Amino acid sequence: MLTLTQLDKVYKTGTFGSSDLHAVRQVSLDVQRGEVVSLIGESGSGKSTIGKMVLHLLDSTGGSITFDGRDVTKLGFRARRDYYRKVQGVFQDPFSSFNPIYKVDRAFETLRRSYFPRVSSADWRKRLEDALGAVTLEPDDILGKFPHQLSGGQLQRLLIARALLLDIELLVADEIISMLDASTRIDVLNLLGELKGRGLGILFVTHDLSLGNYVSDRVVILYKGRVVERGDTSAVFDDPLHPYTRDLLASVPHLDRTWEEVEVEEAERTERLAGRCLYHEAVAGDGASDGGEVPDGVGLVEHAPGHFVGCFRKAAEEPCPAA
Amino acid sequence: MREEKGMTATQPVAGPGIEASEQPGVTGATSGGVMAGGRKPGGDTRETLYFALRNPKVVIGAVVVLGFLLVGLIGPAFLRFAPMDYAGPPMAPPSADFPFGTTTFGQDVFAQFVAGLRSTFLVGLLGGGVSAVIGMAIGFVAGYRGGLIDELLNMLTNVVLVIPGFVVLIIINAYLGVRSVPMQALYIGVFSWPWVARAVRAQTLSLRTRDFIDLAKLSGVGVGTILRREVAPNMYSYLFMTFVLLFGGSILTAASLDFIGLGPTNAMSLGLMMNQAVQWSALHLGLWWWFIPPGLGITLIVGSLYIMNVGLDEVFNPKLREM
Repeated sequence: MLTLTQLDKVYKTGTFGSSDLHAVRQVSLDVQRGEVVSLIGESGSGKSTIGKMVLHLLDSTGGSITFDGRDVTKLGFRARRDYYRKVQGVFQDPFSSFNPIYKVDRAFETLRRSYFPRVSSADWRKRLEDALGAVTLEPDDILGKFPHQLSGGQLQRLLIARALLLDIELLVADEIISMLDASTRIDVLNLLGELKGRGLGILFVTHDLSLGNYVSDRVVILYKGRVVERGDTSAVFDDPLHPYTRDLLASVPHLDRTWEEVEVEEAERTERLAGRCLYHEAVAGDGASDGGEVPDGVGLVEHAPGHFVGCFRKAAEEPCPAA
Repeated sequence: MREEKGMTATQPVAGPGIEASEQPGVTGATSGGVMAGGRKPGGDTRETLYFALRNPKVVIGAVVVLGFLLVGLIGPAFLRFAPMDYAGPPMAPPSADFPFGTTTFGQDVFAQFVAGLRSTFLVGLLGGGVSAVIGMAIGFVAGYRGGLIDELLNMLTNVVLVIPGFVVLIIINAYLGVRSVPMQALYIGVFSWPWVARAVRAQTLSLRTRDFIDLAKLSGVGVGTILRREVAPNMYSYLFMTFVLLFGGSILTAASLDFIGLGPTNAMSLGLMMNQAVQWSALHLGLWWWFIPPGLGITLIVGSLYIMNVGLDEVFNPKLREM
């Protein structure tokens, strides 16, 4: 449904844009209907930038974004409006997502003025109640309140309800859990699971590995703007290949295992993969890398069915450990 | 026993002492918290009004300004002479017939004062209005669009900012022969907007990165609507105070121009009255009733506007409130 192909984002920095900052490098991924894809990475890995480019809040520098086979990389105002009927986003900070000087109803009213000017008030009210019901909110408790009178979880669910008022097919959820209390997190997570059941595709941007593991069908691990590993959640989490993914997973505390056990397991894997680079081995083997022609160091190879891994170098500028 | 007595004896002494020292801090903190919490919904016009009507600076300033405005508005209904009519004996001191006396030519100073008040308010309204509109438009667009547009508009702003506005106004008035009050106001407005633009730009820059702006974009809303409905309402209080300052500034500039003889020829203004008073040696002849009313009028109006502005600052910003 949504396909990113070799997407790039370069920021000009320094005086008169003298130097470049590659926020996103040659990122290719896809999201299907009824699927949750997690973008996992640390701060500055470019995960939110990708989310914003999908939502057209940022322009991409290179590569393409297609939605249902249609190129949506560059859209005019009208085309963008139509695109937003299908694709919506929810952001990290629910308190900043609402204009603090207005009641929360206004976010819905803006949507109505923009997309449903002809819908009668009674009809709209009904739709609103349906959407709020879908996110398990009581309309009477919520409507007519100011953002600061509601909890983060309520606001976040309101934003999802807002997206549901449109017939969306893709939801970009940009760190929507990270500002929530632990107690309200599970509500939002389960809501995402339910939306997935309805056939929605969800691009779930997060820095939290366990959340990514919990909700997603597939994961994409980003480091410094580059996809280092992607594949089915179970494949990536059970058999992490890239050094960065391994570090990442090894640093997660487990309830059922001690650090020693984790370290032993990781030491075995490190030994098996030390001094190697699966990407360059595969490329040298049959020359087939995923995504066609890509600059050296940012491509991916299919290590196992549905499990892709990139060159074992960490940052794109570093040399490959196997070289 | 004795010790216990001592304890009970000292305790009450210590009790009130502690209470007295802690109480103000505690109440101050809670009331501050309530204020900050209650203010958040902004649109609370009632609360703003509540504090405005209890702020002596605002009340005194408003009473003085509105009082003069009232005199200017309904004054002409009670006048028996036009400002330039040779109405009575020359150089007559204030009397029942001529409350502010007469000029060297027997013109009614009070009639001139009332007419001058009208043009003073007109200059303030028009000049302040023009510069507010230009400054806000440029500030909003520059701050919101960013990039090249911002650079260009910023350059324009800085150029106009460093032009010695008053000198240019003198040249314009002298050579283009600006001889009506509205034209004078227009020219004043065209040269006094830069600092408004800069301040509005700065605030817009910070507001546009908030998530609710992104959410409005996701609602398929255009730039103009976002600025009007999402950005501007967040700074209404600031825009209002800006207008008050521009209003006073325009009056002062117009009075200065009038005084040096570059005022309107077909109308009466407070500055022009002082100009004529000086030209006909009212100072040496002791005709204090000719120049005191216009001078005092301008001083009071502009001074009150500035005091009002300080008061409004306290009303809108709870940290500055004295109560």
